[in-house]
Amino acid sequence: MDYGRLIEEIRKGHDSIEIIAEREDEVYLDVDREDFGKVCLLLHKRLHSPVMTYFASDERKDSKVFLLYCVFLSTEYKKWFFVVMKIPEDEPRFNSIAKEIYSASLFEREIKEMYGLEPVGNPDVRRLRLHDEVWPAECYPLRKDFKLTKTDRTGKGEFHFKKIEGEGVFEVPVGPVHAGIIGPGHFRFSAAGEPIINLEIRLGWTHRGVEKLFEGKSIPEALNLSECICGDAAFSYSTAFCKAIEKIIGVNPVQEASVLRAMLLELERMSNHVADIGGIALDVGFTFPANLAAIIKENILAVNKNLTGSRYLKNMNCIGGLKKDLNSDDKAMLLVSLKSIEKDFSELEGILMSSISFMDRVDTAGILRKKTAEDLGIVGLAARASGIPLDLRKVFPEKDDVVRFQAAKEEKGDVLARLKIRLFEFKESVRLIREFSCKIKSEKGDYTADFTPKEGFALGYVESWRGPVLFWIKLNSHGLIERCKITDPSFHNWQGLSFAVLGNIIPDFPLCNKSFDLTYSGNDL
Amino acid sequence: MLSIFKNSIIKGRVTRVQKQEGLILPEDVENIGNELKSLIHNKFSRSLHIREVDTGSCGACESEIIACSNPIYDIQRFGVDFVASPRHADALLVTGPVSKNMTIALKKTYGAMPNPKFVISLGNCAADGWVFKDSYYTEGGVSNVLPVHLHIPGCPPEPFLIIKYLLAFLKQVK
Repeated sequence: MDYGRLIEEIRKGHDSIEIIAEREDEVYLDVDREDFGKVCLLLHKRLHSPVMTYFASDERKDSKVFLLYCVFLSTEYKKWFFVVMKIPEDEPRFNSIAKEIYSASLFEREIKEMYGLEPVGNPDVRRLRLHDEVWPAECYPLRKDFKLTKTDRTGKGEFHFKKIEGEGVFEVPVGPVHAGIIGPGHFRFSAAGEPIINLEIRLGWTHRGVEKLFEGKSIPEALNLSECICGDAAFSYSTAFCKAIEKIIGVNPVQEASVLRAMLLELERMSNHVADIGGIALDVGFTFPANLAAIIKENILAVNKNLTGSRYLKNMNCIGGLKKDLNSDDKAMLLVSLKSIEKDFSELEGILMSSISFMDRVDTAGILRKKTAEDLGIVGLAARASGIPLDLRKVFPEKDDVVRFQAAKEEKGDVLARLKIRLFEFKESVRLIREFSCKIKSEKGDYTADFTPKEGFALGYVESWRGPVLFWIKLNSHGLIERCKITDPSFHNWQGLSFAVLGNIIPDFPLCNKSFDLTYSGNDL
Repeated sequence: MLSIFKNSIIKGRVTRVQKQEGLILPEDVENIGNELKSLIHNKFSRSLHIREVDTGSCGACESEIIACSNPIYDIQRFGVDFVASPRHADALLVTGPVSKNMTIALKKTYGAMPNPKFVISLGNCAADGWVFKDSYYTEGGVSNVLPVHLHIPGCPPEPFLIIKYLLAFLKQVK
């Protein structure tokens, strides 16, 4: 079916649907309140896409309404579909779509807690990030008239976990402070005998009010903030942010700069993938490869530092490209380092794949089935391990297809499958970086673009090492940020983890957790 | 036993010296580490145990703290260990601007530590909230919740810097 016919089909019976904005890769459909659910369901089915992101914005000052955006991705048309609905301020509720499209559920809870818009029909409206113990009820921070007062704001509520009852069922609560050096999360296992029969994950412990902080910031300030949200994907975040701004103001980075960005993204992917491979080995008590992986990671971070001055590629992105170019010395250093990194990596892979006891632990542990993954809207690496071949690098290739990219895919959805995806992607990244480095020729110095900010909105997206990172940004007429919605792949994928561990024993939880390696800070914002 | 001997003869030496541009020289780590080791040996009778708590950091600080224990720095050989329980800890290492949700957990962790104890805050956010200072949901730095004895700045501070700051601080400790 071609694109025109799809739009026709959406419009059939709903004459009031209007296309309010369109770009090469985005289309905004304005729909009535009655049609919202139907149009979302149609797009969900036709595009085979989960809800990629779903958020509200407060437009009461100008038009006395809240706007609701529900976003789907079409890999066929290479387009993001935004379904937009108005909610009048005196009637702050909307019909939930979560019963038909499960992947919308968490987003509706988020909209409820941040804006006070009631998703009618969603059975679960517990708050995600504003914990009832410390935050009062009916206090909605993302509303524009929210004011921070220093008066004592305390909550008196309590979070209600699901009760799993029955003979011999016991609960194991873990967190938020864990035994290792990791972020805070609360995990509540219900087990009957050895196997886990339910896992409920309560997050939000690292909530810092990031989306509110963006509001009213100038572009350079906001860029700086975007690098501090999720440290292990700092470059992905700042790239997604820059891409959104570049689309709004109409600046196109030169080819060299976008190739360089793609290359640094691969470096970020490599350092995190190898850390996770080491983590998986460590969680089954296999320390030698874990330490080898730590050495490889340290070497990649050293390369990062040499190239950009920052081990986590911070302070490198700017609107229009990058602050620094690669000179020929950098390039030579990179290629030499890559060679030794690759050698170490193949040794690491050899050790892991030839160890029978290691394979015994990872094979068939923590299976996430394709059907479950599709229903939950799992994205990124975890989705590829469960047989869903979604990769934004494939859907939106670099301009002029500078390099051929091969997407990883596994079917089984267990820890081994996620490990294999990482092994494959690491090697693919090495290859890509080699190819990219051949494409970078000019030595212009820096790619900073002069620009005048203007009003508008756009979606910036990047396939980070975990999966798609999305930044939807709206600028006001002064060029300041009016609304910034960030969606990390972890927001979708944490639920996948709570399904993957079912039937496994609690001691295997760290292993399953590491194989997903989801972020706390990017999820909690 | 025999097979272990056989293995080590066949495989030979597998350790190596990591030398790469941008990496810290092994001698530097060694020098500063030995100084740290003798200090810790005298002042803490052999070892310093640290409990780490993340109160809303972005994860980069955690990554650098973990890197302190990798084979390149291997801070453990100098007598510094990261422990699983606050009950075993001499020091509390806190990262992040302290999200409201974590305030109670942080205080409880501190309360669970035996005396004498001290608190280290790590990373720019932990000092005063940094980019998250104006947020509705942060306490704006660890010192607003707990008494902080040492702050290690950086976004994030590199492993070598963490070791350096720790050394400088321990020199003053009586």
